[in-house]
This record gives sequence, structure tokens and C-alpha cells, in this order.
Amino acid sequence: MKNIIKKFVEAYAPPGNEHQLREMIIQEITEYVDELRVDVLGNIIAVKKGSGKGKRIMFASHMDEIGLMVTHIDKNGFLRFSPMGGIKVHNLVGERIHFANGTKGVINSEELKSWKDVDIYKLFIDIGVTSKDEAEKLVNVGDSCGILRDILDLGNRIVAKSLDDRIGCAILVEMIHKIHHIKMNNDIYFTFTVQEEVGLRGAKTAAYSISPDLGIAVDVTIAGDTPEPPKVDIHLGKGPAIKLKDVSMITNPTVKKLMIETAIKYQIPYQLEVLPYGGTDAGAIHLTKDGILSGCISIPCRYVHSPSEMIDLQDAMHAVQLGIKIAEEF
Amino acid sequence: MLLKRLTEANGVSGNESEIRKIIIDEITPYVDNIKIDVIGNIIASKNSHLSGAKLMIAAHMDEVGLMIVSIENNGLLKFRAVGGIDNRVLVSKHVVIGENKINGIIGAKAIHLQKRNERTIPLAMEQLYIDIGAKTKEEAEKNIKIGDYVAFVSEYLEMGDDYAKGKAFDDRVGCAVLIEILKHQFDMPIYAVFTVQEEIGLRGATVAAYTVNPDLALIIEGTTASDVIGTDSKYYVTQLGKGPAISIMDRGMIANPIFNKYITNIANNYNIPLQIREGATGGNDAGKIHLHKEGIITGVISIPVRYIHSTNSVINLKDYQNLIVLTKLFVEEVSKTKGLKI
Repeated sequence: MKNIIKKFVEAYAPPGNEHQLREMIIQEITEYVDELRVDVLGNIIAVKKGSGKGKRIMFASHMDEIGLMVTHIDKNGFLRFSPMGGIKVHNLVGERIHFANGTKGVINSEELKSWKDVDIYKLFIDIGVTSKDEAEKLVNVGDSCGILRDILDLGNRIVAKSLDDRIGCAILVEMIHKIHHIKMNNDIYFTFTVQEEVGLRGAKTAAYSISPDLGIAVDVTIAGDTPEPPKVDIHLGKGPAIKLKDVSMITNPTVKKLMIETAIKYQIPYQLEVLPYGGTDAGAIHLTKDGILSGCISIPCRYVHSPSEMIDLQDAMHAVQLGIKIAEEF
Repeated sequence: MLLKRLTEANGVSGNESEIRKIIIDEITPYVDNIKIDVIGNIIASKNSHLSGAKLMIAAHMDEVGLMIVSIENNGLLKFRAVGGIDNRVLVSKHVVIGENKINGIIGAKAIHLQKRNERTIPLAMEQLYIDIGAKTKEEAEKNIKIGDYVAFVSEYLEMGDDYAKGKAFDDRVGCAVLIEILKHQFDMPIYAVFTVQEEIGLRGATVAAYTVNPDLALIIEGTTASDVIGTDSKYYVTQLGKGPAISIMDRGMIANPIFNKYITNIANNYNIPLQIREGATGGNDAGKIHLHKEGIITGVISIPVRYIHSTNSVINLKDYQNLIVLTKLFVEEVSKTKGLKI
């Protein structure tokens, strides 16, 4: 699983620009699924067919990562930008970025008298050119860039940019690999969504198209096990979290019961998550059409939306197991 | 003059009946069918019998304005904004209230009575009121009810060689472009939608997309131009006279790169100036339409507007003409290829 994670987290995929990662994922799964399509927005919808008598289950992980879009190129070739998704501005200063065509650059700031003055409007990207003309050979207004970082393997724990939500993508790929030779009763729709970070957009159209009986998002959640942490009772290594509530969804009691009972039945460690902020694709899925039973398997993650997000590999492996068992038990 | 007729009409969000009547009057000779839906959108179609990809072109009819929330004992009226309004532009403006268009002026405490520090702070909406020349609450109530809409009064005037000033260019320019497009024949099903309540949350477009269920959508909008004193060039967003603008991203949508390439190719082939909207704030009907059902390929072309959302906005008329030409060429091209093929 580490190999897939490494490949995915180092890929480039800001919202709306998921094509490179999409190709990678399709390559990993195409021979293991019965159908695969890419919709208008760019979501991958891959189906493992069941017996024909079962229900439809949608699993969704988002391909996109937070990124930046170039809004202006000045005469000296410096780039100004707008955030795509929940960027934490203080994480950007000194960061390295890359564009779809491989162009790389660094972010820095206009002179700051104090760190309190850090503001996204004072930041710019330097791609190592000296003029607007030179810059425009590499980058255009409207191009998007993502953070450039290698994975850091700390043994059980992994550090990378965009574990939100490449870990979810890796979990879905792992599920596909594990079940492709098993006969399942239910049709399982593995959905790799776009534009989650800018408003759960891909999941909305994918859920409409799939019209599932159950929708399960697989995404990261914020861990509360660091010094002076956010007040959430979530710990790395204590198992995937079963989401009960965030800003986008209150988990349906039927789904909550299914998820908890499945975890207990198969002795999969789990935690319960009540998140006072944030949302996932499940928020969009559960309000599609006349309403869809939905839940979310969350992977505890430290330093979410920073260039160094951290997860515990055991949690991801247990999430694979929990996902497969939920697909069987529903 | 179409722009004069459209911008001098009123249509504050949720109260679009006046502008709706004018638009229906303008388009009736040129379309096969006109439907007014429950929320008030105009859905006008041409060639709906033809098979193949359906195109929806949309512009919003509504404009920002105010609403009366209370009538004070002294006959002055308190109000709230409908849509995004810059408080600083309100004081001393001429407005009309309600169906009978009662004249009023937005007033505030005179400068002589303001304390020194008050003069340096823009007047908040709470400090403003509308004066309709009534002496008492009872007198005001003869003509005004709570909930009455308030629209700005602003004459459409042309200035210089290529400029025009007026209100509601956002998005009566879009409405005018749609009207001009409908005068031509195209070989594909076209649904021109004049939406309501865009300024308060893209509401009309949400239900219109459901009715039309298009394969392809084009939104014609008015967008910010801040190419003025006090703004660094990196924050201009758009500039007057440099042609229509295509969006890269806003709060509601990340632009479809295929769509933008398609439009850019047309502009290049026909020597139409085109600029990129260098900003990511704001939003428009595309935000709702592109997420309809399984997803709709959607694009936005805008006219740059200085002093947008104020009583006196300024546009460049060449930009307007170029926007009409570009939109017409776009519809011709997609008619030929039965959809967006590149």
C-alpha cells in the first residue's frame, strides 16, 4: 500500500486539474473493475458488479488537493494567485510548488514587519524568470499549482502533502484490488471525485449519476492528539473513525449502526468522530435527489491542509477492511 | 436603444416583473416559445424540435436594490440591502419605492452636524434612511408598505466616444446580448433563460437548469473592472475597452479549460479582443448550472463594469459590441458541431 500512497501523494491535482492523478488511478484499477467512466466534471466512477439482486453502494474519495490559481503575472514575471480550497496562509511562505506542465517555483512574501501581517495578497510565486514574456512561456493566468513535496516515511506513520485525500484514494484502490476476485451481492461504485476542496462539487454530480442506496465517503479527519490540540477526541493509530457529525452532515442512525456493528463484528478497531468544523463528500451525497443514506470513514490526520499531513498506516489498512465489510453487510 | 430601455427598467431581486415584461416584449417576435416558470424566470426557446445537444444561454434580469423594513414616526423609512451593496455609494441617491414608484432620496445627518471622527468613517446602512417628503408615519403609510422594493434611478447616458453610464449593467448587458442573439437563426435547440434572484444566491438559475436540462450552458455576465486610480494593476480584475472577459475561477465554479480554449480560439480566429478575468471572487449562475444533475459543461463570458452594483456604473460600448459578436460566433460554432467539440 505504501507504494500506491507514495505515487498518489506526490502527484499534482489541484481542484479542477485532477487529470494527472486521474490517469494514475485509472491505470491502477481499470483491469480490476467491470465498468469505468469519467463524467463531465472529471470524476472517475468505477463499478464492481454484484449478483444483480443487491443494492448500490457508492464509496467516494476525492482526488483534488488544496492549491493555488494564478490570477496575475507582473512585468518582472512574478505570479499572484488566489487560493483554491482552505489554504492556511502561514504554511505557504517558503513553500515550493509545481504546475501541470512541470514548471516549479517558490512562494514568498512582500516584506513583512511582523508575522501578524501575513496575508495571501502579499504573497507571490517566483518561477525563476526575469520578465512577463519569459513567465508566459511557462505559465498563464488561470493555471493552477499544487504544493511540491516528497513523502516522508516514518515507519508506521507517513507524512506528506495531500494525504487529504490521497489516503482515501489509496484505500479505495486497495479495496478494489482486494475484492475483485470475490463475488459480492451489492454493486459497488468506487468514485474518485473532483473539486471537493472548493465545495463538494464532484460528489454532487457523481451521486446524482449513481443514485446509490448507500454513500460512504472515505476522507481524513482532524486528530486531537498533539500538544494543545483542537478539541476533538481522535487519535492516530486507534483505528479509522466513524463520522457521526460534521458541518456538512449528521450521520443517519441506520448508517451509524451498520458501521459500528460491522466494526465490532469483525473486530476492527474504530473511533467515533464528532467534528465541529469541516465537511466531506458525504455532505453532498446525502442530499442528492430524494436523499441518500450516507456515512463517512475518516482517517485520523494531524496537520490537515499543511504540506506535512500525518497519518498512521494501520488506520488506513483497517479502513480498507471496514469498507469491504460494510459493502458486504449492507 | 436597447441598453437604455433595459437598464432604466427596474427589477430588484425577487421583483423582476417590470424588466420581465420588457424582455418578453423584445423577444416575442424571434422565439418559438416563451415560458415563465414559478420563480419568475423567462425560458424562451428556438428550435426545441431539433434533436442534438441543447444549449442554454443565460443572463440574470435582477439587479441589486433595497427593501423597506420600517416606517419611522417622522415619516422617514429605514431599509435593508437586497444583494451586495456598497454602503458608501448610497447617501443622497434618488430612488423609487414600490409599484407606484414613489420618489425618495437616501438621506443622512448633514456634514455640519457630524463630529470630526464621524466624517472619516463611511456611513453605515443603519445611519441612512429614505426621505419621501412625508411629515408623519401615517402620511408615509398612505404610499409605502413594509417590504416594498426600492430601486435606484439612473438615466442611461453615453459618454465620450465609446462609454456609457447607467445602473444594472450587471446584468442587463447580458440580457441585451441574449436578445440580440435571439434575432438570428441557428441550427440547434437553444434555450435563452433570463433568470431571477441571481444577486441573492443564484436562485432562479437553480430551477431553470432543472427545467431546461441543457447539454451545454453559456452565461453572459457583468463583472468587476477596477482599472482605476488607487488600484494596483494586479488587482484590476478586468479593464474597460480590452474586450469581453473569460473567467478562470470564482466562488462558484472553476472554469472548464475546454470551454475557455474554445472561446479563445474563436476570438483569435475572428480578431475579437478577449481578456482573462484576473480574479477569483464573486460568483454567478454558472456556479449552480454546472453542477446540475450529472454535470453540465458551462462557461462564462462577461463585460467589464466599473463601479458595479452602484447607481452609476460605466461600460465600454465596444466591449458590448464585441460581446455580442463573440456570443453569436460561439452559438454558430456549437450549432455547426452539435456541441462543444475541439
